[in-house]
Amino acid sequence: MARISTKFLTLLVAAFVGLTSVAVAQTVPAPGEPRAETGGAQTLADILRRQEQQKVDDSFRRDNIGNPETAAPIDGQLGTRGGVSDSEFWRAYRYNELDELGTVRASAKGPSGDTSVTSVVIQSTGMEWLSFRKGPLKDYGGYLLLGTIGILVLFFLFRGRIMIDGGKSGKTITRFIGIERFAHWTIAGSFILLALTGLTQLFGRFFIIPYLGHEAFAPIAIYGKWIHNNVSWAFMLGLVMVFVMWVSHNIPNRLDLKWFAVAGGLFSKNVHPPAKKFNAGQKVVFWGVVLLGASISVSGLSLLFPFEMPMFAATFHHLNDLGLPQLVGLDPLPTDLAPQTEMQLAQAWHAIVAFVFMALIIGHIYIGSVGMEGAFDAMGSGQVDEQWAKEHHGLWYEEVTGKPAYHDSHPAE
Amino acid sequence: MKAMFIAFVGIIVIAVGADQILHHAGFAIDEVTSAPSVRLD
Repeated sequence: MARISTKFLTLLVAAFVGLTSVAVAQTVPAPGEPRAETGGAQTLADILRRQEQQKVDDSFRRDNIGNPETAAPIDGQLGTRGGVSDSEFWRAYRYNELDELGTVRASAKGPSGDTSVTSVVIQSTGMEWLSFRKGPLKDYGGYLLLGTIGILVLFFLFRGRIMIDGGKSGKTITRFIGIERFAHWTIAGSFILLALTGLTQLFGRFFIIPYLGHEAFAPIAIYGKWIHNNVSWAFMLGLVMVFVMWVSHNIPNRLDLKWFAVAGGLFSKNVHPPAKKFNAGQKVVFWGVVLLGASISVSGLSLLFPFEMPMFAATFHHLNDLGLPQLVGLDPLPTDLAPQTEMQLAQAWHAIVAFVFMALIIGHIYIGSVGMEGAFDAMGSGQVDEQWAKEHHGLWYEEVTGKPAYHDSHPAE
Repeated sequence: MKAMFIAFVGIIVIAVGADQILHHAGFAIDEVTSAPSVRLD
């Protein structure tokens, strides 16, 4: 009986010592402290904050990586080899706290140096990217496009089609020569394909699969991706062509202020501000296409050649040097990015720019087709009615024909 | 409208050509976005 009592007492002592050691190693919070209800693990509040894209203090996980100095002995209850449990080991791995694995980047927030994609084992920012992609990106991107279309419908109902106020003259003038129209339609045709296939990739899961099913969507997605990847080269070619041919005509000048002062005459009849080959509205479209097109091309190339062209760490570095994040009250942007994080940022930026680009082009398509009489001819046949040219590009008409476009005082002066 | 149709044909030619060139150069999408390019073997 005495031996049994002694053994039981020994077990009790061992259990007490073991539990104490475990308690020290895992730093279980006391009642009342944060995360006490889960014993120091993730709580419902953490999950809700993450779902709402709010910052979550992950120190409870990041710092919970064990301590061999205070761990239970290997021969004690719950003792682990090396004094670190599996969970603690992998947490340390994830947060790059294993000194002996210094050359292996375990997460996006690890030490810099090795930038190869295969050195990353655990990558934390994937869920943030996924949440952004299927949340704000999809929602606000969709609102932007639908809002743009809605505004144009309202504008059409309010203003109707913008007609040639003086009526067609029956005589035409060459507005764009063949190579200009070729460049325009190269970039335009490829943009339409890129927009449709890009939207399919983003919205297909939500608006195609529920109606057509996975089997039908799979080939749509696969062929759409092929089109998106390969048609992009035609887009970039067209972008370079239009930039080279038209940049000299699109330098902002004082005439643009006059155009903006009357909103280009878009909202009133018989108002025709003076303009050369491109008016201020067209210059906005031109520079929008050039800048957004260049940006979307760079991020697209980064996506086309995965991990070969990381660009965000360098960009963030320059922005930090300029002090722009600090200027708007933000912390400096991260400059130590894992290769996967670079790809996720490239995809997110590519999509954001694409939505703005599509909104701009929807407006351009509207005014170049149903929105304005005679506008499509400029890019269709290349020949526009002389009266149309006088009303919308009077100074250019005078330059080309040598004939006056205006009856009274010269509006450009 | 001839320029428009020529441009559309040009888009198709460029797309097919790009696919072939990238494929032969070892930059085919199905190669650069799958193992062993992106996985720890």
